[in-house]
Amino acid sequence: MSQIFRPGANTVARAVLAGALLSVPLAFLLGFALVRSPYATGVGIAPPQPVPFSHQHHVGELGLDCRYCHTSVETSSAAGMPATYTCMTCHSQLWTNAAMLAPVRESLARHEPLAWQRVYDLPDFVYFDHGIHIAQGIGCSECHGRVDTLALTRKLKAQPMHWCLDCHRNPAQNIRPRDEVFNMAWQHPANQLELGRRLVDAYGVQTSQLTDCSICHR
Amino acid sequence: MATNGDIDAIRAQLAGRNGDGLWKSLEELSQSPQFPAFLERDLPRLAPLWRAPVNRRDALRLIGASLALSGLAGCGRPPPERILPYVEQPERVVPGKPLFYATSLTHAGYARGALVETHMGRPTKVEGNPAHPASLGATDIFMQAAVLDLYDPDRSPAVRRHGSISTWTVFLAEVADLRARLRRVDGAGLRILTGAHSSPTLAAQLGALSAQFPEARRHVHEPGARDAPRRGARSVFGQAFDTIYRLDRARVIVSLDGDFLAGMPGCLAYARQFADLRRAARIADAGRMSRLYAAEATPTLTGAMADRRIGLPARSIGALAHALAAELGIASPAAAGTLPEAARSWLRDAARDLLANAGAAAVIPGDQQPPAVHALVQRINERLGNTGRAVLHIDTVAAPADRAGTLAELVEDMAAGQVTALVVLDCNPAYTSPLAPELARLLDRLPFSAHFGLYVDETARHCAWHVPARHELESWSDARAYDGTASLVQPLITPLYAGVDRLGFVAALAGELETGAHDILQRYWRTRRGAGGFERWWRSSLERGVIEGSAFAIRSPALRGAVEELPPSPESSAGYELQVRLDPGVWDGRYANNAWLQELPKPLTKLTWDNAAMLAPADAAALGVARGDLLLLKIGDTAVEAPAWPLPGQPRGSIAVHLGYGRTQAGGIGSGRGFDAYPLLAPDGGVPWLREGITVQATGRRMPLATTQHHHDMEGRDLVRRMTLEAFRRDPRQLEQDATAQPPAESLYPPYDYSDNRAWAMVIDLNACIGCSACVVACQAENSSPVVGKHEVLRGHEMHWLRVDRYYEGTADEPRTLFQPVPCMHCEKAPCEYVCPVGATVHDSEGLNVMVYNRCIGTRDCSQNCPYKVRRFNWLDYTYDQERRGTLAALRNPDVSVRSRGVMEKCTYCVQRISAARIDAKKEGRPIGDGEVVTACQGACPTRAIVFGDRNDPGSGVARARANPLNYTLLAELNTRPRTTYLARVRNPGSDAGGASPADGDDGATGDGDADE
Repeated sequence: MSQIFRPGANTVARAVLAGALLSVPLAFLLGFALVRSPYATGVGIAPPQPVPFSHQHHVGELGLDCRYCHTSVETSSAAGMPATYTCMTCHSQLWTNAAMLAPVRESLARHEPLAWQRVYDLPDFVYFDHGIHIAQGIGCSECHGRVDTLALTRKLKAQPMHWCLDCHRNPAQNIRPRDEVFNMAWQHPANQLELGRRLVDAYGVQTSQLTDCSICHR
Repeated sequence: MATNGDIDAIRAQLAGRNGDGLWKSLEELSQSPQFPAFLERDLPRLAPLWRAPVNRRDALRLIGASLALSGLAGCGRPPPERILPYVEQPERVVPGKPLFYATSLTHAGYARGALVETHMGRPTKVEGNPAHPASLGATDIFMQAAVLDLYDPDRSPAVRRHGSISTWTVFLAEVADLRARLRRVDGAGLRILTGAHSSPTLAAQLGALSAQFPEARRHVHEPGARDAPRRGARSVFGQAFDTIYRLDRARVIVSLDGDFLAGMPGCLAYARQFADLRRAARIADAGRMSRLYAAEATPTLTGAMADRRIGLPARSIGALAHALAAELGIASPAAAGTLPEAARSWLRDAARDLLANAGAAAVIPGDQQPPAVHALVQRINERLGNTGRAVLHIDTVAAPADRAGTLAELVEDMAAGQVTALVVLDCNPAYTSPLAPELARLLDRLPFSAHFGLYVDETARHCAWHVPARHELESWSDARAYDGTASLVQPLITPLYAGVDRLGFVAALAGELETGAHDILQRYWRTRRGAGGFERWWRSSLERGVIEGSAFAIRSPALRGAVEELPPSPESSAGYELQVRLDPGVWDGRYANNAWLQELPKPLTKLTWDNAAMLAPADAAALGVARGDLLLLKIGDTAVEAPAWPLPGQPRGSIAVHLGYGRTQAGGIGSGRGFDAYPLLAPDGGVPWLREGITVQATGRRMPLATTQHHHDMEGRDLVRRMTLEAFRRDPRQLEQDATAQPPAESLYPPYDYSDNRAWAMVIDLNACIGCSACVVACQAENSSPVVGKHEVLRGHEMHWLRVDRYYEGTADEPRTLFQPVPCMHCEKAPCEYVCPVGATVHDSEGLNVMVYNRCIGTRDCSQNCPYKVRRFNWLDYTYDQERRGTLAALRNPDVSVRSRGVMEKCTYCVQRISAARIDAKKEGRPIGDGEVVTACQGACPTRAIVFGDRNDPGSGVARARANPLNYTLLAELNTRPRTTYLARVRNPGSDAGGASPADGDDGATGDGDADE
């Protein structure tokens, strides 16, 4: 009677066993990799926009202030997106026939808003407030990176909750003088921690409170 | 529920009770063996688990499947979102920052001032306007619910002609034809039927219309109209006046079925004034409070607050008023003999206190009482010198019904063929009248009929034309408050549907097509005020929400004539008397499609989504019926089937039903709920609210009624601390020394030091709380709590974060009623936190017990372990289901998370408002001021019974309230260290036994100079 199993069957059986054991951590690893991948976080992906607006050109080269368009960034939770009229302040005079700007002119003519794709999208159960971060010396570039270098707006950093908490536990590592908040090129000095601690005191940042759930979740 | 056979046993046990201890329902009071079964039915979500426990394998299977499914749900990335900026940024609109606009909301014709919160053009929440005399910063449930009406997807979206969609232009063309026809006959045959209104501009417009068509007639129909007080005033003064009250000048108040805390146009102001003389701070400081005597024909909020209450059938209230007048030497002492002994002792004490406090007292008759009672009470107040002090007369505010015809006259004329064109403005007579069937039949035959209103309601169905009205939050208008103060109504949102402004509609009838409502309004006020500086005046009036100096002058009319005899009260012991009252939630039916008001437990019955026939427990026993058993109420040819509701405190021989239900064309929420009580009203005028000789019989059938009174039960511990004023004065510190009222000093749980931060705390004054439930609706509006529907309420799934518990004390015939609002206690040692397996409910550094929805996996252990039963679970996807109904998503507060199925939620102390205040204070580099954070419930409260603030700030209101000797902790023995505490209820009954010692405590309790102005 011939053998039912050929000699190679042992190997197969071992491989199956090992594979079964390995598949569990692999599945976990895959899961972890997935949620950190650009697919899930959106980092580095420039979503299609009605107008290929360039922060590089407007901010980096022309030197527009962030607040020229994002008007409510100091006063409200939302930074604010420019109304079509804001675009037309200049573009009623410049590039008035550019094909690229046709959607802006159309928006004005039809009185219909431009529909931008959101790049930074926090979950709906997170209540982030731009105004208080600006007031407490957190620069735009801390979260958004060097937006002034982007030809097309894309996310430069993922914003998982532990990233928020890293700063909320120790804001001294990221805080900067208030008058440098809108300076995209500002670099943390070598003595950042020392400066940060001084600013945390001066600005009255209550670090003990910053990790309360109710600070961000309501 | 006890079956009929047990009633006698329950009755026997009732009779033996001595009146100590609190109880919530008749079954509990009787401690009948059926009570556990009854509780099981009222808490049915637990019952199936007992009957058919899930076996281990099924449980494991379910756990495995839900784990796998929840894991899968986490895959993928969030859906892309769009940002739509403005094309042209409106001035002052900042995304993320709400704006508040002053406007007025009317209810039954009277204005209450409001500040409405809008988020980028969406009104989301109503707050009271402190500058407005009828609001004083507070709101009632109707004001809170106005935003839900605004977004109601069932509102009429289009002009209709014979049921088909038409347009405004076609309507105008037909109106032009009609006007041409009417002009030839001076308007003969034209009738205009309105609800009660107090708009000066509308009154001027209608006046101008009458001038154009002198033969046209106006009729007013308002189910809650205050005809009896006016007719009473006319009979004693020769002219109709509105009587208003200044209860902060009244040390003794005697209510003769007068529900001044809920039923009257000035009730918000009255409640504030009433509470100002009774709040715990005042009791503790001065050791005195006012005294309220209430006689009432069906339990009301006023009776619940009374120091001395008696229940009398409505037909006996007149005799009581007469006897009171006799005690005070006004009338002949003839009628008092028919009163029961309890009423006579009540009467003696009331008369004694009135005389001792003459000039600082008020006698308040109920709107449902006949004119003769009002006339008599006017004489009593005059005799006591109350008139001009606590009782004031002004010219009538809402459209005077006496110059216009009634609905009955209109129907008569229609039947006689004298009417060719009828315009119905803001009322629904084809439902809100016993004449409705006849009116509907006559309407169908009219050559021209037009209905103007928010809904395609019963009347609209029978009119040739229907024109959709704009909601008050979409229109320009004006209105007057109970004291005559005028205020403007301004739109806060672009009209959601193709509605028409009321002023624009009437202008169109008058042939004026070009002018918009805004211009009509400005034109009226310009003529009234003069053109000089008008723009500035207009802007400031809009901004303040009140027109300065427009309150009516106080009149001092002289009494004339002799005391009239009261109409003989029918001695019909043969049948029951039937009282028909307006519903505390849906009013005359106009709010029937408002789900917030439908699901709001009615203050005394805690009934939702239905009305019932309320009868005395003894009468229910005699009839052999229990709660939910259907009764057949018969009077003449009219028969109505109504579920029975034995109500403690309802007088024997008297049955009360609420209007507003049984609607057929209310919309998806309100149609087909409850029974229609309008057919039971007297069709021919008279005293419409009271019917004699009604027969009642049990049908043997029953229906389920969704009541919340045993949901979230705290198992009958000593929850509402209470004492008499005398007991308090004997030993003011008794609660502080009571170990069961104050938490122990030590705890097994680790300490946490809150001393270097803010420590939010809330104190609820049970002396000021009148149980009106405005806080509950305010909480629902602020926190976007879903409505769950009758079926879910029956299963105990209602989602109100704040409930107002109602307890009784004493016997079922003469109970004393207590209210206790119960939000989350925000325990410092919170039992919920220790049992959450995922840390979804934790503390923050300011002492809030926070609920992190995104962590919650729905084990419900926290709710199980909460001794106060304040947590609510989303059993189904209520929010999403409602959002699919069109416009409702726009109503939600953007500062609050949307909770999904399977998530626990609860009161957050309005953490979104705390966050906003904290951020503002931080930006300005200052501490948060006391009173800067106002929770939604606190802001709505008419009596300021709720105080919120930082306990660590010794100057704060909440710290002072916690230092009050009446402060106590709910279930203190559990040592949960709640941040929410209560101020014990103090009653001032005086000589309760009705015996001697007339002046005991009065000098202190009521001899109180600063109540005077």
